[in-house]
Amino acid sequence: MVIKRSIPEMIFDNCNVLFLIFCSFLFLYPMWYVLVSSFSDAHAIAAGEVSFWPEGFNVDAYKLVFEDQRIWTAYGNTFIYVIAGTFINLVLTTLGAYPLSRKNLEGRSLIMAFIVFTMFFSGGLIPAYLNVRELGLYDTRWALLLPGAVSAFNLIVMRTFFQSIPDSLIESAKIDGAHDFRILLQIVLPLSMPVLAVMTLFYAVGHWNSWFPAMIYLQDRNLFPLQLILREILIQSSAQNMLAGVTQDEVFRISESIKFATIIIATVPILLIYPFLQKYFVKGVMIGALKE
Amino acid sequence: MAVPLNAAKAKSRKLPTSRSSVSLKRMMSNRYLYLMLLPTVLYFLIFEYKPMYGAVIAFKDFNPFAGVAGSPWVGFKNFEKFFESYYFFRLLKNTFLMSFYSLLFIFPASLAFALLLNELRLKKLKSFLQTVSYLPHFISLIVICGMIIDFTKPGGIINSLLLGIGFITEPIQFLILPEWFRTIYVGSGMWQSLGWNSIIYLAALSGINPSLYEAAVVDGAGRWKQLTHITLPGILPTVLILLILNVGTLLNVGWDKIILLYNPGTYVTADVISTFVYRRGVMEADYSFSAAVGLFNSIINFTLLVLANRISRKTTESSLW
Repeated sequence: MVIKRSIPEMIFDNCNVLFLIFCSFLFLYPMWYVLVSSFSDAHAIAAGEVSFWPEGFNVDAYKLVFEDQRIWTAYGNTFIYVIAGTFINLVLTTLGAYPLSRKNLEGRSLIMAFIVFTMFFSGGLIPAYLNVRELGLYDTRWALLLPGAVSAFNLIVMRTFFQSIPDSLIESAKIDGAHDFRILLQIVLPLSMPVLAVMTLFYAVGHWNSWFPAMIYLQDRNLFPLQLILREILIQSSAQNMLAGVTQDEVFRISESIKFATIIIATVPILLIYPFLQKYFVKGVMIGALKE
Repeated sequence: MAVPLNAAKAKSRKLPTSRSSVSLKRMMSNRYLYLMLLPTVLYFLIFEYKPMYGAVIAFKDFNPFAGVAGSPWVGFKNFEKFFESYYFFRLLKNTFLMSFYSLLFIFPASLAFALLLNELRLKKLKSFLQTVSYLPHFISLIVICGMIIDFTKPGGIINSLLLGIGFITEPIQFLILPEWFRTIYVGSGMWQSLGWNSIIYLAALSGINPSLYEAAVVDGAGRWKQLTHITLPGILPTVLILLILNVGTLLNVGWDKIILLYNPGTYVTADVISTFVYRRGVMEADYSFSAAVGLFNSIINFTLLVLANRISRKTTESSLW
């Protein structure tokens, strides 16, 4: 069915398309600029000659970054935090969300209120910081894994999903003699793959990008995640230290593009999976947000 | 920001009137469910509620060796010190302005972006735009701030662009000048969250009954009429509750981005309550004082949210709890 459009409508539609294409350019261009700069000659970058394509194409910055032991150690640490952290997140969130989705659980509204309250009130940064020190987690990997292990928001999203699983399914399994752990593992979880995917992604991206807890809880550089090393390179501009022993001009030449190369190396995993997972992210927001 | 509109709907008001043997029996039959809940409940006790108790150090002169319980009480001394300090109004003003400007610019822009996307008839372009606009949400803050620092420096692309079109004659040191800090904060915030914020509106838009539009077309309504008579009223409840929630979190500004971008020269506009707490508490180990400042902030945030929620419930019949 084609509805004939009036002239003002056509003008609007065309302007809208143009405007939105311009918006997408604004969203993409910063990342594109970083990408082409990482392959460009530093003098060209500093002179403002790089705009859409690499100038003086080279991969020296990447070579240097790959030779840097700090970055490999940090990359490994980040993988540990992402995998172990996400696993803990998923287990605790599921164990919390499933019982609270059962309508016949006595006191569930009370426990729910107990959890939801933490979304709106907290003791603040300092008591949380002292708590971690008191528990002896300071300067250990656990300081990045345990605090924040359950997001109340994600727990609600998951619980909302579990509530949509028909009660009859669970009741009949119960009559057949299955206890709750088995029901969760063999009936509920296999039906919950979409929400598990969403949760995995939310939590994993969170761990990948996290830096603040690492900054305040870690001293030992061998435990630092990638983002913290990135902070040194990008924010504190210690790209120079990395190059001790190279001549002055060369220091400049490489330090400029090293920044861009490290950004790319730290962001590529997310950029690679992102297009495939985007629909799940959106679904997650919808489950959580628009259940009226 | 995503909002669990039904967050606490579970908190239904009906509690059993009598703890009869029936409910006890039901609890017994659900014992595995309680066992399952235990680790999660423990997590919340240890990592959420224990720090809430720890916040009492705001009323004490905390000594790490004596612990929270063993430190002497000092009443409101820490709060008074904060209220009387030179920083109090500056922090309050900066915190408020930072989120007020974000609300003022990013909130309507996200709504407008969603509406424009919704009017788009090329489905392929629409899904491409959605993919592209959500992307910044997943890029790490460190990377984003690294890009901001690089783009805004003299010789960076923003200065080159402004010089190129003749808008300025001298490069501007954006991150060194306090008057630019909020612009950078809000501008980059727009880039980060515009697309992601629009998701919730797009979801609300897709929930509008298509037959309403069909009927409107039959009645001869044009696109503008459809927008003002069907689309806008259709998403109004969502818009209102998000607006009120935003108002409720006006004094809740995160420290992350600011810590990465500010410097002592820009404190005058950039320093907010949470960054101040971080500096005084974590860096200078002035625990009791900074805990008092943090607690003050938490209480204000909570009060604002409760008020906003009450107003929302009265006026729009939608509320967080």
